[in-house]
Amino acid sequence: MRSKTHIQTTINGEERDFLCEPRQSLLEVLRDTLNLTGTKEGCNDGNCGSCTVTLDGRLVTSCLVLAVEAEGREIGTIEGVAQGNHLHPIQKAFLENAALQCGVCTPGFIVATKVLLEKEPDPSEERIRFFLANNLCRCTGYDKIVQAVQAAALNLRGTKETQA
Amino acid sequence: MSTQYSVIGTRPIRHDGADKVTGRALYGADVQMAGLLHGFILRSPHAHARILSIDTSKAAAFPGVKAVITTHDFPAVDGNKMVDLGEGDTPLSYARGNVLAGDKVLYRGHAVAAVAAVNAHVAEEAAGLIEVVYEVLPCVLHAVDAMRSGAPLLHEDLRTTELGEATTTISNIAQHIRQSKGDIEAGFALADVIVEREFHTSTVHQGYIEPHNATALWNNDGRISIWCSTQGSFVVRDCTAAILDIPVSQIKVTPMEIGGGFGGKIPVYLEPVAALLSKKTGRPVKIVMPRQAVFEATGPTPGSYMKVKVGAKKDGSIVAAQAYLAFEAGAYPGAMVVPASMTVFAAYDIANALVDGYDVVVNKPSTAAYRAPGAPNAAFAMESVVDELALKLGIDPLDLRLRNAAKEGTRRVDGPRFPRIGCVEVLEAMKNSPHYQSPLGGPNRGRGVAIGFWFNIGLPSSCTLNVCADGNVNLIEGSTDIGGSRASIAMQAAEVLGLAAEEIHPTVVDTDSIGYTGVTGGSRTTFATGWAAYEAAQDVVRQMKERAAKLWDVKPEAVEASGGVYKSNGNSIGFKELAGRIAETGGPVVGRAAVNPRGAGGSFAGSIVDVEIDPETGKTTILRFTCVQDVGRAIHPAYVEGQMQGGSVQGIGWALNEEYFMSPDGRMMNSSFLDYRMPTALDVPMIETIIVEVPNPGHPFGVRGVGEANIVPPQAAIANAMSHATGTRFTRLPMSPPAVMEAIWCQGSSSQPS
Ligand code: FES
Ligand code: FES
Repeated sequence: MRSKTHIQTTINGEERDFLCEPRQSLLEVLRDTLNLTGTKEGCNDGNCGSCTVTLDGRLVTSCLVLAVEAEGREIGTIEGVAQGNHLHPIQKAFLENAALQCGVCTPGFIVATKVLLEKEPDPSEERIRFFLANNLCRCTGYDKIVQAVQAAALNLRGTKETQA
Repeated sequence: MSTQYSVIGTRPIRHDGADKVTGRALYGADVQMAGLLHGFILRSPHAHARILSIDTSKAAAFPGVKAVITTHDFPAVDGNKMVDLGEGDTPLSYARGNVLAGDKVLYRGHAVAAVAAVNAHVAEEAAGLIEVVYEVLPCVLHAVDAMRSGAPLLHEDLRTTELGEATTTISNIAQHIRQSKGDIEAGFALADVIVEREFHTSTVHQGYIEPHNATALWNNDGRISIWCSTQGSFVVRDCTAAILDIPVSQIKVTPMEIGGGFGGKIPVYLEPVAALLSKKTGRPVKIVMPRQAVFEATGPTPGSYMKVKVGAKKDGSIVAAQAYLAFEAGAYPGAMVVPASMTVFAAYDIANALVDGYDVVVNKPSTAAYRAPGAPNAAFAMESVVDELALKLGIDPLDLRLRNAAKEGTRRVDGPRFPRIGCVEVLEAMKNSPHYQSPLGGPNRGRGVAIGFWFNIGLPSSCTLNVCADGNVNLIEGSTDIGGSRASIAMQAAEVLGLAAEEIHPTVVDTDSIGYTGVTGGSRTTFATGWAAYEAAQDVVRQMKERAAKLWDVKPEAVEASGGVYKSNGNSIGFKELAGRIAETGGPVVGRAAVNPRGAGGSFAGSIVDVEIDPETGKTTILRFTCVQDVGRAIHPAYVEGQMQGGSVQGIGWALNEEYFMSPDGRMMNSSFLDYRMPTALDVPMIETIIVEVPNPGHPFGVRGVGEANIVPPQAAIANAMSHATGTRFTRLPMSPPAVMEAIWCQGSSSQPS
């Protein structure tokens, strides 16, 4: 057996630890060791975005991050987007706008959209397309995804205004 | 729009939606179980070679390795036996040979051996220790080259089938088919204008985001369980059983959620291998294909060489059309040239037509279906020629198509007469669309249109409905849901039962738990499995009438049901309340249906596109795109639009960027998503959709199906738009920036402005 490294990290706000080999990617450990299979593998070389997670708030493709790099960091995955049984407005918007077909790209798109809308509450269509160009979807042609992001942005801005 | 329905035509949230937006939905690669081993497949580095020997001893001895297999571990079965691959039969030797190579490898990436180990890294490392001695052979990569006499032969025993007759000729041409109608010579003699062009299209891949995967457990009692991503769980069962030479009843296939397929997840690649590895180890084995292997060893759709000639009179009536189609099957016969031949002229009523089609093997991966397989290639050629004809005749391209459009009763070149179809309605909707009516100004811009046809298919489907005491209904079906079909099937049952879509709970189950159900493909699922749900719901209604009759002590025939309310002689009871009383009136109510419908209705789709070409870089920008399609009846319009948009964007990728770059020795040079450039969100505009509904008389709700026809016309529409923008005809796909620059540079010297 190869020697393993003990990693302590935070995933979706909870402290977690795991053992991993130096060669294992964060994606592999999330899926196979921690059973967080909502993060998907489409290419394992950084080109499809279906493994998108946040690392200290920044978007990364987890297939290109080594699991050992998670030490002391904060990771956010699709499993942490909903609050208990309450879907996040982005998740609702994806459902209401039929923005998924097979759904395998959806976790990556939702995680990326959340980062976009936290930074830019009112992005243009062009900006949405540019920001999400890291995420491939082969089923939808992107139209309904863009519409879902616009709908979620509107909804989130509305919520903020009512809170303010 | 369909006002007579209460559920059909609405847009409920899909039943599997919550799971899919939270990451809870379990796809094939998400399968985890105790004792799971991981498999890795060693693949050929050569495009064509004889395998002289395979030594697996070092790999088998590698720490952590539990088993190594090669083709010799498969049972020896008569290779001529036919197996059903979902949309057609193929000899077992081909299916098995593609899963693990026999004495030859036929393309780079061809599976040669497999390892099961404690984890995927160990399996991959060990696979690298397998010693294969190859005798490398010359390879042939394109149809035209492979058809020449003296070309390297892939199968030394492949005898050409010539016009349906077996011959003794050994060549790379598996099949030559011909379809004809009228008198082609006499037809062209009537023509005032004739356009003839040659076309080439590159090999492209379906590009589903989820790689192939399979997990298998060969249990101690001899039964095999398989969990995988497939478009057809019964096809996986039957094909795996044939390769492993065991009865179908010994295999249970559980279709997991599937991350895209488009036809490419009908063939079986990994399941028999995982099963054999499990048999050897006594443990479950999971194999997930790396993306590079997905490109090199699965899928693609045929590259093609085509020649199309069409003649018309001055008034625009097309009098003759001829096509020569040579399609690359990849390593094993089956290039989809038959559907290409059947669709090439399908949108037109032409008195005199002749099609010659050739199914040619080459040293590339064995091709698989890709959305309306064969039709997009053929439409690219035909619709480009029709566009040129329209210019020459000075007729609006949609008017020219309308003038010659196929209608009910038109005889196709392959024989059958069309039933009620929506070709004219689609063309008229294109003509009246806001897009076509709008002006397009500006330099380097062009507008193009094209139309395409796809048959759609029937095939068997089964469905069970279990009535719950609370008045909801559980729906059991066997069609893997790739894009919202749980919803479109449940909605048809809901419509019959007078329930809301949300009151039906659909579940896709394993092959032990439902009657035979064909693949999710051929645009058949909402049509055929939807029909099964319709029939099963009728069965429920019949039984519920009996229950109401019991309550009221009347004859079942005296009970009427409508909109979920059961009535007789002044008595009335709603479905919900009646469901609450099924225990006291005779026990469970289970509706069942197994159907094999024949009435699949073909679908026409049209594309309208505006492009702008950057003359400095050759980059083409899609400014505006509209997809028009006759779907018969849109059960869930949002997912119908989604299919139309998705197919259109795949067509855009096919037109502008996607291709297999092959080195002369048969290596795919761009086998990653970085280099195989599929459209990103930034590459496309919003895709406008116009749903046309010409109900299919062969379905209770008029459904035709929507999955495929939409990918047929975009390539030609874009080529036509680009031709108008540049004054140069584009006859090769993809029309990537280098190809566009070349065309623009050549324009000065030898152009044929259109
Ligand atoms: S799996 Fe990480 S980007 Fe594709
Ligand atoms: S929904 Fe299938 S890849 Fe996006």
